[in-house]
Amino acid sequence: MKAVSHLAESRAQSGGFDVMRLREDFPILKQKVHGKPLVYLDNGATSQKPQSVIDALNHYYTAENSNIHRGVHHLSERATAAYEAAREKIRRYINARSDREIIYVRGTTEGINLVAQSYGRSFLKSGDEIIVSAMEHHSNIVPWQILCEQVGAKLRVIPINHDGEIVMEEYHRLLTDRTKFVSMTHVSNALGTIVPVKEMVASAHARGVPVLLDGAQAVPHLRVDVQDLDCDFYAFSGHKMFGPTGVGVLYGRAELLEKMPPYQGGGDMISLVTFEKTHYNVLPYKFEAGTPHIAGGIGLGAAIDYLLALDWNALAAHEHRLLSYATDLLTDIDGVRIIGTAKEKAGVLSFVLDHVHAHDVGTILDQEGVAVRAGHHCAMPVMQRFGVPATTRASFAFYNTTEEIDVLAQAIHRVRKVFG
Amino acid sequence: MSELDELYQEVILDHNKSPRNYRIMNDANRKAEGYNPLCGDHVTVYLHLKDGIIQDVSFQGSGCAISKASASMMTAELKGKTEAAAQELFESVHKMLTGEASANAATEKVGKLKILSGVCKFPARVKCASLAWHTVNAALHGDSQPASTE
Repeated sequence: MKAVSHLAESRAQSGGFDVMRLREDFPILKQKVHGKPLVYLDNGATSQKPQSVIDALNHYYTAENSNIHRGVHHLSERATAAYEAAREKIRRYINARSDREIIYVRGTTEGINLVAQSYGRSFLKSGDEIIVSAMEHHSNIVPWQILCEQVGAKLRVIPINHDGEIVMEEYHRLLTDRTKFVSMTHVSNALGTIVPVKEMVASAHARGVPVLLDGAQAVPHLRVDVQDLDCDFYAFSGHKMFGPTGVGVLYGRAELLEKMPPYQGGGDMISLVTFEKTHYNVLPYKFEAGTPHIAGGIGLGAAIDYLLALDWNALAAHEHRLLSYATDLLTDIDGVRIIGTAKEKAGVLSFVLDHVHAHDVGTILDQEGVAVRAGHHCAMPVMQRFGVPATTRASFAFYNTTEEIDVLAQAIHRVRKVFG
Repeated sequence: MSELDELYQEVILDHNKSPRNYRIMNDANRKAEGYNPLCGDHVTVYLHLKDGIIQDVSFQGSGCAISKASASMMTAELKGKTEAAAQELFESVHKMLTGEASANAATEKVGKLKILSGVCKFPARVKCASLAWHTVNAALHGDSQPASTE
């Protein structure tokens, strides 16, 4: 009973992280796909939701649904209180100084676009340079390209080495007097690399350059402290950290947010409107035009409550074990090449299989109940860097088990069989 | 036959392994590029048309087994056909891939290409199989914009 002994071992090694009990919290994991137990390894795309998050959404719509910040009636007050309480949970979770620095957005993508359009269009001009890295998700490339076209700035790209790590000397070489912004991923979605962002922020700040961190893939795996990182902006999505889709967070340093113009105009972001002049609302509402995803914000608060109840040392040990177990097992399969072999990695295993395209791998894995992502992972430049059209990506969450990785490995053997 | 076996039939795997007409055509008088933005699959289709007849057709690109096999089989079928017949075949194949026409109804019109009909059971893969067809359609119409499956 190889599988059982792995489990016993993983419990022993991760200080009693009871993954089987935690799995009970995620109802979707109990289902079968094509007659096989679901093995959900597409957490990098979106994570599953614990019952408490589903219940929070249900409770909001069942008992509290109302518009916020405007009604004088009972329900509106309750909805507002719940939504603002969630903002405070988010603030505490990432250790921001004030809830004025927590802006609700639709997700990481909107957070980055907000900064590019509001900060970028106000403070960058022709000839200025913006630094990103070669391992960015398209959502941390395209908003800056749009900005560059608008203001005549230039995009500079820090290269990555063959393991998928930032080439630090190149970063320091690219940081010049022309650099006016740095936007970096914290954890690479395609490679799993954990980027030494704290050090990179410090180098940028030494030159007075503000830094945005794309935390979409970091928040599900790492405890993030924005004051410790000392970043100026930090964007992340609720749905990748066990919360609902359609809600995310942009953290911004208050003194920068104060200087920035609104991103969108509308209700809730104003304090006084006349046809002659409009006065904007205070932070964070200045950046929150229109009725927001109220249920989503409350659901994200519930996800944070859930995460705070976990033993993060044990969680980190368990995830580390999943990754090293999967890396060893897949490396042993003939024809498998792992893309992304950084020393510091979080929960992502991208690979290619000789003579078999990732799509075909994905389809056959799906028939075995294994859900992975196959494609370019919205990071086409990363694929170009490694000279592959696409990869298959298994991405883990704390509720995954080594047994599931055994199923993944067996399914890859089946792919090899189909393709002879 | 399981759905998976139906998708990855011997013939498809063979076309994937040794695609027919997989080359750049230097004397092509029509050419189109196709992308599947969802997955990054990329194909270029070359045509040599004379008097409304496809004298030669070839392709190059990168993609999965389904997209490669579909493109390979397509080139084998299109050679010698009139533009109008090629157009008609494109429409029949498209209907078969999207499940609009039953496999049997499609068989009469698509002949050997029926082997691709297993794709309609895999909605995520329909675009892989139809990419080369959209691209040849664009080439026939002389479109200068790359064809897209979107």
